[in-house]
Amino acid sequence: MECYLDNSATTKPCKAAVDAEISALTELYGNPSSLHQKGVDAYMLLEKSRSTIAASLKADAGEIYFTPCGTVSNNTAIFGAVGAKKRLGKKIVTTALEHPSVEKCMERLEENGFEVVRIQPQSDGNTSLSDFENAIDENTILVSVMAVNNEVGSVMPVENLKKIIKSKNSPALLHVDDVQGYMKIPLYPKNCGIDLMSVSAHKVHGPKGVGALYINKNVRINPYILGGGQESNMCSGTQGMPAIAGFAAAVESGGSVEKNLKYTAELNLRLRERIKEIPGVHINSPENALPYIINISIDEIPSQVSVNFFSMNGVYISAGSACSKGHRSDVLQNMGLSPDRIDSAIRISLSNDTKKEEIDCCAEVIKSAAEKLRKHKG
Amino acid sequence: MKEIILIKNGELALKGLNRSSFESTLAKNIKRRLQSLGKFKVIRSQSTITVEPFDESFDMEEAEDRISRIFGIAGYERAAAVEKDMEVILKTTPVYLSEALKNASTFKVEAKRADKTFPLKSPEICCDVGEAVLNAFPHIRVDVKNPDLTIVIEIRENAAYIHGDQKKGAGGMPVGTGGKAALLISGGIDSPVAGWMMAKRGVVLNAVHFASPPFTSPMSEMKVHDLLAKVAKYSGTIKLMTVPFTEIQENIRDKCPEELFTLIMRRYMMRISNILAEKEGCEAIVTGESVGQVASQTLTAMMSTDSVSRLPVLRPLVGMDKNEIVVLSRKIDTFDISIRPFEDCCTVFTPKHPRLHPKADEIEKAELSLDSDALISRAVEGVKQELITF
Repeated sequence: MECYLDNSATTKPCKAAVDAEISALTELYGNPSSLHQKGVDAYMLLEKSRSTIAASLKADAGEIYFTPCGTVSNNTAIFGAVGAKKRLGKKIVTTALEHPSVEKCMERLEENGFEVVRIQPQSDGNTSLSDFENAIDENTILVSVMAVNNEVGSVMPVENLKKIIKSKNSPALLHVDDVQGYMKIPLYPKNCGIDLMSVSAHKVHGPKGVGALYINKNVRINPYILGGGQESNMCSGTQGMPAIAGFAAAVESGGSVEKNLKYTAELNLRLRERIKEIPGVHINSPENALPYIINISIDEIPSQVSVNFFSMNGVYISAGSACSKGHRSDVLQNMGLSPDRIDSAIRISLSNDTKKEEIDCCAEVIKSAAEKLRKHKG
Repeated sequence: MKEIILIKNGELALKGLNRSSFESTLAKNIKRRLQSLGKFKVIRSQSTITVEPFDESFDMEEAEDRISRIFGIAGYERAAAVEKDMEVILKTTPVYLSEALKNASTFKVEAKRADKTFPLKSPEICCDVGEAVLNAFPHIRVDVKNPDLTIVIEIRENAAYIHGDQKKGAGGMPVGTGGKAALLISGGIDSPVAGWMMAKRGVVLNAVHFASPPFTSPMSEMKVHDLLAKVAKYSGTIKLMTVPFTEIQENIRDKCPEELFTLIMRRYMMRISNILAEKEGCEAIVTGESVGQVASQTLTAMMSTDSVSRLPVLRPLVGMDKNEIVVLSRKIDTFDISIRPFEDCCTVFTPKHPRLHPKADEIEKAELSLDSDALISRAVEGVKQELITF
């Protein structure tokens, strides 16, 4: 049995997405900026797709900007916001758990003289609101926090951050990297004052090569990618229409967030219960983590060895985080886990398509890994 | 104007009666390496080999790059081959060498007049060419003692060759003149360098890699491929034999004392390599070991692995420091591949405290608990073979 349980790395594109992409490649292949009929057809597809993504975020179509991926969304949001607000302050507040596409931007901004405060997680991987309260002040121009951590699945208290920003009289914009939370948690930017929010298609059964950035219509940020002025000048470059069409189709057929969440919570519980029965296996994800992600350590077995062993048994998972091969996970270190625990960490990530049988099969493989792969005898 | 490449043999010229067979091996190697670039002929005369493309589609830049990595070549240069007519020579020289002339502030001209019927004597050729160059490049001066650029005009039987300074070749001996050896390759920094050093001495390489899935990943086999592809740019095609090693490692883990894991594992590698090497007609085993680098590379440990090898074990890096090896691995462009972070068979089951000076009888006793013959023959049966080309 083949079990694909690496859905936080990427998901299998759904049929609707594949069909939409093929149709945009073979029939609606015009450039949406062209003035002839082929261009107009592509333009209409583009705007229809934009409305679909907007609806999924309970936003207006004019607030959705297509980008080539989550990383470009994050870079655009962060550098764009800092560029627009730099006269008002020098401080940025983020967390020590961010994806490299946020963290590396922060490092660049530090080199350029900005002060970056990284909120440390507690040992369970969650962050505390009072830490944000202490960090955000009048000098803060940007607060950038991920909705869901990609390695352990901890859910950040992003819904409460705008209140803090306001209470501190801070001019800060609030950016949320929602790549791991999109279509998985009911988070809608307008409900909680999020100014900028990044999402990506390939984590929600859409194609690779497209993401989007929500920019609240009352917020102005500086463009980061310069060129022909596409996407209202926020992300220049000819739109990747096939991927955008696939993105919209995937979102349309994604189903109800609440219902999906309930289903994966059952799967997650099933896996956790099985894991608790296996000696020498520890769960690193917090109890209240997003049920789609479960990070565990199998005593003494290096992450890569587990990944190979699982793969040989038809179960596809990832070592720590797929983006950081060979590098000890900063997120797990910041959670205060021991080096042994970090070096043996693996991430199992579910999707709405995951079956109970796949969970059982995965649990069996974890059990046999724990029994067979021990580095030393006894 | 036609462009050719002139290649000068290295140490070869010293080898007396074997010279001719060495030269023909070198010429064959050159042909094989340049084959994919287009149509050309290779001409041997005295201590020079000439590569003469048939048409312009032949990629000279790539040919030059490949030639720079062929062992047995002391030096090489690209040259313009023109009609043996002084007027043509005078017209071509400043144009053909313009890039080099722009970057030089002094030059001299040398003439080699192999064809004694050519109307001008060597000093006259030098004078005329010098004058043509000075007219075309007013910034440059003549310096016969220490010039930035030496222009050479060779008057040969069929044509006149015009070229600048010779470039340094890879040196060493043509691969194929030094026998064949089996290189143990793990994926680290050392073994590709060891292989390169043996190829430099004319040795044809076979490679043996031990894979222990799931303890080693498919990515570490990819890494070995990529490393050998870099070495093959120097050594020519390498036959890679990948040995399934999981069962042996698990047996060692389960049945032998932990502090002897690494050494016993290496002895099994050596036994299996010997079988594979002999099948392939290899005359030696090559490893990347250097004394004291890690616990399994003490003299005692080397003695212990050698005692299970029928073939001589060559360790070209034995007296080198790590940083000296790193310099070479950067030179042959394997360093960045070697440091890709994947587990290899040597790091699986690494003991916490390996024994530095294990006793022979202790090791032999520990190995008694293993069903050696069966384990080895299963591993040998499972070997996967493929050819790695540059």
